[in-house]
Amino acid sequence: MGESVITAQVASAVKADAPPAIVLEGVNKWFGALHVLRDINLNVAVGERVVVCGPSGSGKSTMIRCINRLETHQEGRIVVDGIELTDDLRSLDAIRREVGMVFQSFNLFPHLTVLDNCTLAPIWVRRMPKKEAEEVARGYLNLMRIPEQAEKYPGQLSGGQQQRVAIARALCMKPKIMLFDEPTSALDPEMIKEVLDTMVLLAEMGMTMMVVTHEMGFARQVADRVVFMDRGEIVEQGEPESIFTNPQTDRLKLFLSQILRGH
Amino acid sequence: MSDITLDAAARAPEAAPRSAPITAIGPIAWARQNLFGSWWSTAVTLVLAYLIVRWTIGFVEWAFLNAIWEVPVVNGQAQTQACREIKGVGACWAVITEKHRFILFGTYPFEQHWRPALVCLLFVGLYVVSAMRRFWTWHLVPIWAVTLTVIGVLMWGGVFGLPYVPQERWGGLPITLILSTFGLAMAFPLAILVALGRRSKLPAIKMLCVLYVELIRGVPLISLLFMASVMFPLFLPEGMNIDKLLRAQIAITLFAGAYLAEVVRAGLQALPRGQYEAADAIGLSYWQKTGLIILPQALRLVIPPLVNTFIGFFKDTSLVLIIGIFDLLTAGKTAIVEPAWQGFGIEVYVTIGVIYFVFCFAMSKYSQDLERDLNRHRRR
Repeated sequence: MGESVITAQVASAVKADAPPAIVLEGVNKWFGALHVLRDINLNVAVGERVVVCGPSGSGKSTMIRCINRLETHQEGRIVVDGIELTDDLRSLDAIRREVGMVFQSFNLFPHLTVLDNCTLAPIWVRRMPKKEAEEVARGYLNLMRIPEQAEKYPGQLSGGQQQRVAIARALCMKPKIMLFDEPTSALDPEMIKEVLDTMVLLAEMGMTMMVVTHEMGFARQVADRVVFMDRGEIVEQGEPESIFTNPQTDRLKLFLSQILRGH
Repeated sequence: MSDITLDAAARAPEAAPRSAPITAIGPIAWARQNLFGSWWSTAVTLVLAYLIVRWTIGFVEWAFLNAIWEVPVVNGQAQTQACREIKGVGACWAVITEKHRFILFGTYPFEQHWRPALVCLLFVGLYVVSAMRRFWTWHLVPIWAVTLTVIGVLMWGGVFGLPYVPQERWGGLPITLILSTFGLAMAFPLAILVALGRRSKLPAIKMLCVLYVELIRGVPLISLLFMASVMFPLFLPEGMNIDKLLRAQIAITLFAGAYLAEVVRAGLQALPRGQYEAADAIGLSYWQKTGLIILPQALRLVIPPLVNTFIGFFKDTSLVLIIGIFDLLTAGKTAIVEPAWQGFGIEVYVTIGVIYFVFCFAMSKYSQDLERDLNRHRRR
């Protein structure tokens, strides 16, 4: 059931000449005196999968968090799904309805069951009837291969299962865009794969995705484009193959050598 | 690697589980380990056991064996000579037998005592219903509204053929229950709002809440009660008068609110930022986020200090005696002013202590159960 919902939604989403899903134009941000984002220009097309990588402190998480305004930017323009991010609360609500987010530390609601975690936003934000919301949630839990965990509490699940619940929770809002902020960084190695597999599944269904990750295998497999950030700016971007095998800048070369040594 | 473990497990003959030897578990082993582990602990055990036994025997003799439960009353005067003779040897429970209605209901008209008695029962019923989680729905609001109205009607009277009883004549247990129930029921929502306000991004709201908490917390409850009872009427226009009990009630509510607000704020701060962000990211509004995600978790975390404060305030209501309101403790004190009963404070205070203890212990016990039930999700 869940799969049919997604394919229907995605089929309408993939349009070649559609306006971009995400536009960042000259975005600047400071934390106090610290200049964390410098003149970021980035367009993400509908249905595109973008992987963002870079050393820690390079601003990649901050950038992705600006897209649903968990952080505010101070200069430039961010347009998501045709809506510009401003201080206007209505535009913010509209954007958060269309953008799903998955966090490094899962951030599930520990006092609610897995099912309630998934149905909360559809019921309260989308005003969906409870029965329908549960049906949708079970569909996505099924897709995430954890249908049997629906009645449990998050604390009873493994890290990999929790992260898949978090993905299902975001999907239940039927977002047009999914943001992933280092989704596998807090996981034990044997659980990384189960989460990446479900993300590949999502990518194959044509979801617009922006993923901050160091998983180069994942980037190679699903990314249309890899964006390399360092010290708050986008240093290099391109297809995964060319980025990984033919880096142009010293900074990217250094980063890749460090990443590869680590593996 | 997993194959090897499986094989080994399959081959090894399974040892039948057998219970531990009697010397390792059970009360004897426990006593040997904890009470007679060394010469030193044996000595302490024996001394304490002796003291406890002696004290218990003494108490039982005083409270039960040598006690006098009733004294003759001649011409409305209690004859307490018998009590005076056994003073120090036996308790004179006759003071309770004679005076319990005054202690419980103060100067409320004697023939109308069934009304405050019913009020106390209504309060207890209200607590029991509110404590049951299956009643935790919107039904509680009308239940509270109706019960409190009935309580008001019973206490004041003046309608349905009940004679009017002015507030000055109320006293005893109903006063204690009214002050603490209304006080905490109003202080708790106030505390939540103030705690949220202290974390608000709007500077004016934040300032106001900080000011409220710091001002109220920095002043003893007694002086707040004094202000409410003595100073406040000075500023009112001539002829306008607010009920004394109501003023005390407001003072207690404000005081409890400031303390509870800090407890609630502790809970809010204990939640990881990720919970706020996740709630934002799925598009919940501020009040949805607060009501569905933040408060349910924050309040669970602070159940122990919340109940601590509740219990503290239940007992602190006895401070209203300084502005001349007859709560349970004051009524007890007044009961032994009469010459015949002078000197029998111990019996009265023990009895009042037991009444306070029953209420406080019930709160404490209930909070433990609640904590266990609500935090089930944290167990694996």
